[in-house]
Amino acid sequence: MTAPVRLRTLDPHAYRPDFPILSKRVHGDVPLAYLDNAASTQRPRQVIQAIVEAYEEHYANVHRGIHTLAEESTALFEGAREKVRSLIHAPTVEQVIFTHGATAAINLVARSWGDSNLHEGDGVLVTEMEHHANLVPWHQLAERTGAKIQFIPVTDDGLLDLDKLDALLTERPRLVAVTAVSNVLGTINPLAEIIPRAHAAGALVLVDGAQSVPHQVTDAAAMDADFLVFSGHKMMGPSGVGVLYGKRELLESMPPFLGGGSMIRRVWIDSFTPADLPYKFEAGTPPIVPAIGLGAAIDYLNDVGLEAVHEHERRLTQRAHELLSEIDGVRILGPRPDQKAGIVSFWMGRIHAHDIAQRLDRRGIAVRPGHHCAMPLHKRFDVSATARASFYLYNTFEEVERLGEAVAECKHFFQRRR
Amino acid sequence: MPSNEEEIYQEHILDHYEDPYHRGRCEHCTHCHEDENPLCGDHVRMELHINDGGNLREVYFDGDGCCISQAASSMLVEKFDGKTVEEVKQFSADDMLRLFGAKLTPNRQKCCLLPWRVLQAAIYSPVHRGRPAGAGDPSKKPS
Repeated sequence: MTAPVRLRTLDPHAYRPDFPILSKRVHGDVPLAYLDNAASTQRPRQVIQAIVEAYEEHYANVHRGIHTLAEESTALFEGAREKVRSLIHAPTVEQVIFTHGATAAINLVARSWGDSNLHEGDGVLVTEMEHHANLVPWHQLAERTGAKIQFIPVTDDGLLDLDKLDALLTERPRLVAVTAVSNVLGTINPLAEIIPRAHAAGALVLVDGAQSVPHQVTDAAAMDADFLVFSGHKMMGPSGVGVLYGKRELLESMPPFLGGGSMIRRVWIDSFTPADLPYKFEAGTPPIVPAIGLGAAIDYLNDVGLEAVHEHERRLTQRAHELLSEIDGVRILGPRPDQKAGIVSFWMGRIHAHDIAQRLDRRGIAVRPGHHCAMPLHKRFDVSATARASFYLYNTFEEVERLGEAVAECKHFFQRRR
Repeated sequence: MPSNEEEIYQEHILDHYEDPYHRGRCEHCTHCHEDENPLCGDHVRMELHINDGGNLREVYFDGDGCCISQAASSMLVEKFDGKTVEEVKQFSADDMLRLFGAKLTPNRQKCCLLPWRVLQAAIYSPVHRGRPAGAGDPSKKPS
């Protein structure tokens, strides 16, 4: 019998000094508790320094130049690509395409693969918990091609209703577009079950990793995803850079999406031939320094360790569930803490999420109110808006306690008037 | 904690939120409009009875949303009940923010200005054949 694996406990206090913004005080002298990480994370000095150094010492446009700075800049940019490859266990570096974000990456697939492969009546299977970024590009594709959109429903517990999957797959959709982790419910979806079933029915699978890649170990090759997308700014990198990973034969078969510089092999006055991967999909000057910053963020994340990050967030989530469940009238959307990532969305009857967030802000606690770019999901649960607390490696148990106290105070504030 | 003038949840605002003026339907509705704040889902509907002289005989609102959007609706309805269409037209967005009183950040100004936007549109939105025109139910899929 093997001993149970003891996960290394992450001490957030050891990392917080690396994040200058976390020591900020708001509304006079209230310490900030930043719990809006599902929207965007903060970045450590190491990432900020990498950005400053890139601009102060190495910056030039990449790939084409011969001079020293062009060489240095290119080496840093391509070095970042290799760091991404290693992070997601992609077989080759050519399968890592830099985009301007996860949204841009999904749109690339919809425009390039979708426009050249889908025809009237072909199906795209999404889920009821998708972010608008993994819905609207498929709606637009359907408008262009006559394809039809179907969806895997969400259960009352906030899980995908996979009992319905077989029936949906008998319609033989061409693509299943599914998020690894819901940005509202926090649900960790069972991709190891969904992807083989989709493949058996002849569908490709696009995985939205925006909420998973920053928080847990990702193995794109082992999970057998056809496409995987994520964003830099949700993992301590800069905004303006994201990644599309794809299976090599798929990416090679797809036409370029945006046309312009970099993406060509040769251009004549009336025609062109495209460049090889990954440049075929990187028209124009890429997000050079954001990609370099993302590389520095990956270094930082590797030093902390993604298993430890995931476990730390699980514990914070467990505690947040305990505290919020104690408050009468608070309802948490989504599954049990052991089935989810570090995202806790809740609502409080007729106290609107904006009013919760406003009260919490006065106590220095940053949460996000609204529909979190998932309107169909909120409609499914018949709530117009929720308040969402979401965690990262630098969040502490003290901050979660403050969240619990502030939510209780908020309820008291609005209740005492009735 | 913030000083009083910065406090959004002032007593008179909470009073409007808890006990709104003319929340409901206008019996002899001649003009109607509804809209929502797409970023946060606040929803406001205004129903007016405008007579031939351009007077707002009655103004009612209904809606769903945060304290700011609903309290601002109530204040606006209270202010314009019995006033004229011309006075509505003269009432600017800045006037609305002043009427609300509490200092709002840009994001929450959108909540406050939603009812103002709806009222400005409602005076141009006559109801036909006894059926409210308006923008329809925003939760329904557009046909």
